[in-house]
Amino acid sequence: MSSVTHDDVLGHGHDAHHHHPTGLMRWVTTTNHKDIGTMYLWFSFIMFLVGGTMAMTIRSELFEPGLQIVQPEFFNSLTTLHGLIMIFGAIMPAAVGFANWQIPMMIGAPDMAFARMNNWSFWLLPPAAVLLIGSLFVPGGGAAGGWTMYPPLSVQLGMGMDMTIFAVHIMGASSIMGSINIITTILNMRAPGMTLMKMPLFCWSWLITAYLLIAVMPVLAGAVTMLLTDRHFGTSFFNAAGGGDPVLFQHVFWFFGHPEVYILILPAFGIISEIIPAFARKPLFGYASMVYALAAIAILSFLVWAHHMFTVGMPTAGLLFFMYATMLIAVPTGVKVFNWVATMWRGSMTFEAPMLFALGFLFLFTIGGFTGLVLAITPVDIQLQDTYYVVAHFHYVMVAGSLFAFFGGTYYWIPKWTGTMYDEKLAKLHFWSSLIAFNVAFFPMHFLGLAGMPRRIPDYSQQFTDWNMVSTVGAFWFGLSQFIFLYVVLKCIAHKGEKAPGKPWEGATTLEWTLPSPAPYHTFETPPVVK
Amino acid sequence: MSERGKANGTWRQRNRALLWRLGVVTVFMFGFGFALVPFYDQICRATGLQELGGLDGERDAAKNSQVDTTRKVRVEFDSNLRGLAWTFKPETPIVEVHPGALTQVLFDVTNTTDRPITGQAIPSYSPSNAVRYFHKLECFCFTRQTLGPGESRVMPVVFVLDPTMPKDMPTVSLSYTFFAVEGAN
Repeated sequence: MSSVTHDDVLGHGHDAHHHHPTGLMRWVTTTNHKDIGTMYLWFSFIMFLVGGTMAMTIRSELFEPGLQIVQPEFFNSLTTLHGLIMIFGAIMPAAVGFANWQIPMMIGAPDMAFARMNNWSFWLLPPAAVLLIGSLFVPGGGAAGGWTMYPPLSVQLGMGMDMTIFAVHIMGASSIMGSINIITTILNMRAPGMTLMKMPLFCWSWLITAYLLIAVMPVLAGAVTMLLTDRHFGTSFFNAAGGGDPVLFQHVFWFFGHPEVYILILPAFGIISEIIPAFARKPLFGYASMVYALAAIAILSFLVWAHHMFTVGMPTAGLLFFMYATMLIAVPTGVKVFNWVATMWRGSMTFEAPMLFALGFLFLFTIGGFTGLVLAITPVDIQLQDTYYVVAHFHYVMVAGSLFAFFGGTYYWIPKWTGTMYDEKLAKLHFWSSLIAFNVAFFPMHFLGLAGMPRRIPDYSQQFTDWNMVSTVGAFWFGLSQFIFLYVVLKCIAHKGEKAPGKPWEGATTLEWTLPSPAPYHTFETPPVVK
Repeated sequence: MSERGKANGTWRQRNRALLWRLGVVTVFMFGFGFALVPFYDQICRATGLQELGGLDGERDAAKNSQVDTTRKVRVEFDSNLRGLAWTFKPETPIVEVHPGALTQVLFDVTNTTDRPITGQAIPSYSPSNAVRYFHKLECFCFTRQTLGPGESRVMPVVFVLDPTMPKDMPTVSLSYTFFAVEGAN
């Protein structure tokens, strides 16, 4: 058996005797889930700043009607790449970063199941980011047909589109490997006694997300492969002149795209489900129903894709089916929201930064959910399709939803990661500043959309000026607020602050809090026993 | 041999097995994306999704518009004037046409006064339900006609009789009456 342990990538039981690479090579060759989690989180934060810079450029252009700062072609590339970078570069890697750090510690496993593949999943991301950002600088500019890459535009664009397609392929491969790793870790490597229904909800949310990812990422890979062959190899999947149909792309894309939006939000649900019980000092209300609600959302997500395309010309029967199916998703989502609220009911609540972000999430995500219900109504959607109302809706669920949950999760776990308590005052300032600025930036977009302002266009009619100015001010305020977050995190890493105890949160109950802070490089080499 | 070592050994096998199974799911879903192409095509064919409004109402399928050469319909033209000092008559008062055939007839009109006058022609059919089968593509009755002093004009009517026209309607009369449009000049 000693030969098994020798080349064993799981346990690192003997690593303490090995020579560790230092400096850059430590990060390039690491197979440690904590190192890889850290790299994922930093990568996603850098991408968040890159995508944020693009958003600032977009908002600057939209400060006034007319063209001031950028040309329309470049503006189109900016909206396209802002979407792709924020989704595939910022939110998804951040969620995987949390998974890498937390899942092994929460289920009592020594590391991820496939440690080398874990390293590879991460190191695929930087080349993909280089391809995406580099596409802006090639002849013809970056992809400019929107992040959804609809043909015929995406078939006609220059080589920037090819680079985007390859970037999507690479990031897809990375997510699929990450997901296989997470599923295997959760199903095979739980500590003795930790049954699936005793597992922390964050792990449940990621188990379901990972299944969604391996189900739909390959479909997206197929769709962009068809785009690629239509562009260069004479196929006609989406070319009407060759017997294809551009609407087919929309169906295939949204078959991926709708589960994708749940891929972006479910890990956030998981984080919120950890934070709220900890700060309400009560067990999560309705644990089993939370798990079933996650599963119900995941299953329903495969049946609603065409609500993104109500205006392509579907028969009434199709419109009605997709409208009702979409509305049905409000039921499990409502179960989750009510369970979170019930968890807080008569709890001994305190309002540290993680809890504030969780409450901000709850409030703003619910608004985003309601505007989603409004958009689910077919005749209303036909009116609001491609207006700023849609932009407001998905930023409420993606920024105030996923991103706020990730901020909350960072503050919640950073004492465990660095061994140092974060600066509570600055973290609260970060929260209030982000909360107010977010609403200043995005709430007016509801009005603009209802008044008919179309999205993805660099110029607009003069009556929209006032709210656009308000929105731009809010956007810059929001963007600058994030440097508070960076400062707080850097302070923790430099150990400037109170030393964190093993369990800094009174109400926290999951396994990672049984470890010292900072968490040792190797944890749970002897599995804990869960009663 | 530690307990952990044994656990690692069994993990390795179980993890490998799961890796293969999940890999198969991934490859299957990649294929599924391509399978959506013929699937979409078949769904569209089976349900008529590609024809807008296909399931809701009548389809705009091309109808048989061929000329029915087995019969002829006699079309008589009549012209009248109400309060206008014009002359107005058809060049060919009677034509015989096959239903479905595109036909053009001409009307002559002259303003006999020394001032411009505007008139509007109103059509009338006999039998009156012939209107359902009489498709006019071009007609001077679609707009007002203003004639200068002493001006003459030749005005066309282009029409098709619907091939579904009942056989018990061998003759159709189309009567035009020009009315003066007061205050137009």
